[in-house]
Amino acid sequence: MQRIGVFVCHCGTNIAGTVDVKAVAEALKSEPGVVVSREYQYMCSQAGQDLIREDIRENKLTGIVVCSCSPRMHEATFRKTAASAGINPYMVEIANIREQVSWVHKDMAQGTEKAIILGRAAIAKVNLNTPLTPGETPVTKRALVIGGGIAGIQTALDIADAGFEVDIVEKQPTIGGKMAQLDKTFPTLDCAACILTPKMVDVAQHEKIRIFSYSEVESIGGFVGNFEVTIRKKARYVKEEICTGCGLCTEMCPQKKVPNEFNLGMDNRRAVYIPFAQAVPKVATIDADYCTMLKSGKCGVCSKVCTAGAIDYKQKDELISEKYGAIVAATGFNPISMDKFDEFAYSQSKDVITSLEYERLMNAAGPTGGKLLRPSDGEHPHTIVFVQCVGSRCEACAEKGKEYCSKICCMYTAKHAMLTRDKYPDTDVYVFYIDVRTPGKNFDEFYRRAVEEYGVHYIKGMVGKVVPEGGKLKVQASDMLANKQLHIDADLVVLAAAIEPDKSARPLATMLTASMDTNDFFTEAHPKLRPVESPTAGVFLSGACQGPKDIPETVSQAGAAAAKVIGLLAKDKLTGNPCVASSDELMCNGCSSCEKVCPYGAITYIDKEFRMPDRSTRIRRVAQVNPAVCQGCGCCTVACPSGAMNLRGFANDQIMAEVDAICK
Amino acid sequence: MATEKQNEMRREQILRSSGVNPRKCMKCGKCSGTCPAYDEMEWHPHQFVQMVADGDIEPLLKSDSIYKCLTCFACVDRCPRGVEPAKLVEAVRLSVIREQGANHMKPDDIPAMLDEDLPQQLLVSALRKYAK
Amino acid sequence: MKVSYFPGCTLRTKARDLDLLSRRCAEALGVTLEEIDDWQCCGGVFTTARDEIATKLSSVRALKAAKAKDQMLVTVCSACHNVIKQTNHAMQTDSDFALRVNNYMNIGDPENQPYYGETKVLHFLELLRDVVGFERVQAAVKNPLTGRRIGAYYGCLLLRPGKTMAMDDVENPSIIEDFLRALGAEPVIYAMRNECCGGYITLEDKGLAAKKSSAVLADAKSAGAEAVITACPLCKYNLEKNGGGEVPVIYFTELLAEALGIKED
Repeated sequence: MQRIGVFVCHCGTNIAGTVDVKAVAEALKSEPGVVVSREYQYMCSQAGQDLIREDIRENKLTGIVVCSCSPRMHEATFRKTAASAGINPYMVEIANIREQVSWVHKDMAQGTEKAIILGRAAIAKVNLNTPLTPGETPVTKRALVIGGGIAGIQTALDIADAGFEVDIVEKQPTIGGKMAQLDKTFPTLDCAACILTPKMVDVAQHEKIRIFSYSEVESIGGFVGNFEVTIRKKARYVKEEICTGCGLCTEMCPQKKVPNEFNLGMDNRRAVYIPFAQAVPKVATIDADYCTMLKSGKCGVCSKVCTAGAIDYKQKDELISEKYGAIVAATGFNPISMDKFDEFAYSQSKDVITSLEYERLMNAAGPTGGKLLRPSDGEHPHTIVFVQCVGSRCEACAEKGKEYCSKICCMYTAKHAMLTRDKYPDTDVYVFYIDVRTPGKNFDEFYRRAVEEYGVHYIKGMVGKVVPEGGKLKVQASDMLANKQLHIDADLVVLAAAIEPDKSARPLATMLTASMDTNDFFTEAHPKLRPVESPTAGVFLSGACQGPKDIPETVSQAGAAAAKVIGLLAKDKLTGNPCVASSDELMCNGCSSCEKVCPYGAITYIDKEFRMPDRSTRIRRVAQVNPAVCQGCGCCTVACPSGAMNLRGFANDQIMAEVDAICK
Repeated sequence: MATEKQNEMRREQILRSSGVNPRKCMKCGKCSGTCPAYDEMEWHPHQFVQMVADGDIEPLLKSDSIYKCLTCFACVDRCPRGVEPAKLVEAVRLSVIREQGANHMKPDDIPAMLDEDLPQQLLVSALRKYAK
Repeated sequence: MKVSYFPGCTLRTKARDLDLLSRRCAEALGVTLEEIDDWQCCGGVFTTARDEIATKLSSVRALKAAKAKDQMLVTVCSACHNVIKQTNHAMQTDSDFALRVNNYMNIGDPENQPYYGETKVLHFLELLRDVVGFERVQAAVKNPLTGRRIGAYYGCLLLRPGKTMAMDDVENPSIIEDFLRALGAEPVIYAMRNECCGGYITLEDKGLAAKKSSAVLADAKSAGAEAVITACPLCKYNLEKNGGGEVPVIYFTELLAEALGIKED
């Protein structure tokens, strides 16, 4: 029989205002197992905790029930209190009589009745509690960062600077990501390359960092502290360790008509290429889809001109297996396709472009050498129309747009408009907006400068139709403040396309058993209090894979994710949560129901030998829970048809005892 | 002047008949940016949404704008929020022409409008839009 | 194969060619258009109001007639197609509307079977694309329209509302362009192809209709179209009467018949 103490908290007037705490303490005194029951003004205070400790010692309590606020608030506090007084911390139960009673009820009698019932349920549970001890697992002191954009770069640098080894896996031939494609960055207008490329070099030179470029994650197994990852290093047909990055092959390759993805297809590159001058690693890659040698065996020019002898047409994909203690997803974003928004004539005119394409047009290393020229005829545009929210905030069209605000477009459009007017005062620049959203340090000031100092025409309204005609783009739009329909003959139309998570994020989430929202953004463990952690232990989130973000925000989050990784890798052993599932092998019928519902991949099946009553042996297939991976969600216990699966600390009989106590 | 009660009933009838929820509107103005009859309208598509939402219906009932909508559904398909302004315009127009003697076009007017190429489809469409 | 066919008012009068050539082309491609008995005019435009019942009954009768023969219902006129498809969609998705329509249908006919939008409604172009297949159309072409630069004019009724008509991408359609390619012609893409011609407004505001129609033809011309094709008699009327006459406007069936070599039978 347990010896239980009940402690009812007033929480000042938070609880005592709507619950008769004295009556609750009195009523719970007579519950089975209760040897002492009392109330106090603030149980979580030092004095309150002392009172609990004293009672535990004096009355030789074996378990306690605290009737107070939500367990999210103070369960940990009271468990520590109990442990310091010598009882197992899992012998503590919280009855939430604040959030679930006093804050939602107005009537004292009703509130008091409900508080007593919740207290009774907690007592019923403690009667069945058993002491639990968390297990320990070792930690592999190496982190994996998936994605080599600014998010991945910053996370990797911060982890490596703390002394831990980091591997970056990047699917492109170079790290740098979207930021490498940008011209200038808001709100300070420093050049993206000038602030990014030194970081890329730091990554390349850091002794603790390895870069797997042109590589993808193939599979992920294991669990927090002990992930086992296979990385596919795609054949680039160039020996990375020998190539000097001289670029001679990329100048001599006769295949000149390959759309250059770095410039979003606005110019061409060769079949063997280095994406941009500051690429890291600065190594050539042969594009197998276009290389004549790889396709037909006739050519070999790059091999002949390479003085280092780095070309290897026979190179194969390579699989690398490595162990990691923590994994950071930093898979980034892409602008959505404009195919379904052809009222803006994106597919009909080369002079209707996306903002990222505009970024390349402004960039000195871009297809026009930084001169603003129309893609169709190379002429200097005089009238430029920017359209905001193309595909963002689009609830009616789930199949073509996104319901969310893409967050970065207001600022980069203001930047584009301002830079255009600054460099080309002979231009007329219009920005059509629904709302201008500039909540960030120095952001609104930046937008106002575009209007007030640079004379950008901001128009509250939306473009309805763009008609390419006679070398012009006829833009029909509404000006809601002037209550007019506008017709503008533009030379260039720039669409602020919504952004979406990279397509690699969904399969990665499946491999990680990390959860995602309906838009394929990774979900954080808590939107406010644990914003850089996935609910899956050991998996962390960095950058736009968690939601739209600008560079300052991405870098802060990348650092935060690194801090969490460092905190994990700094430990030699991990203490688990003892409230995990376990399977009664004698009852398990091997049906796999639990395995299918487990969101964390914590359940595996093994063939195990059992002795039968007749002393014969039989091999049976039974479920086994890996306690280091299990997060204690309880899905398996519900799915299990035979009742073999149980959650420690929330066992089926404990839950039933609570229900019985409530229904009594 | 309609009483407040009549006005409210009319508003509810228009919303019910159109199936439009004006609260979904985020006031982006794309409907009015796309409308082919904009310049001929006194009240524009986005204003229909706003005014019905506000119960400011009398001016709409009295305006020629209800006969200028071409029912081309461009605003319906291009609205990012699925508000479907054209359905609202139609419901307001029906609310007018359903009343006794309120037909906008009368059969007697038609002979003067005919020409030899005019397709029958035009007459039935116009009668459906302008008369009950 | 046989399909139910709803010609509509104008194909019986001002647009007899459209009717005649549709039947002849369908026959040449192995499809018989069986005209529905005693069909009634669709009304020309769909009234979007959910409480508008009587004006949609003629469409429901046509849909029921096709259902009784277990056939698809094919229309050629864009307007009929729009009205009947939208009505069918309402019968499928708006239970209140369907109940009231079925109650009407029960009057004087207690044996009446309720209808809930079971019939599949296809425009003649959809019939060509989805049932016959453009590759079979292409194979049947005797006089390819090589070198002819034609602009497709969709107008509004064929495509919109996109979710209901479900025929093609509303902003970047390709069905008529693919049709033109099958005939050997060169489709000319221009932005105004899915904008309104003015529709019924021409009866009381010629000026507005002229503005809309001439903008369409001007765009088609500047894109290099030597002719535009349409499936809608009202579009054709507006574009010809009010469009400035810079580009000839013809029914799509005329090009089809010409390519199939059966125009002058």
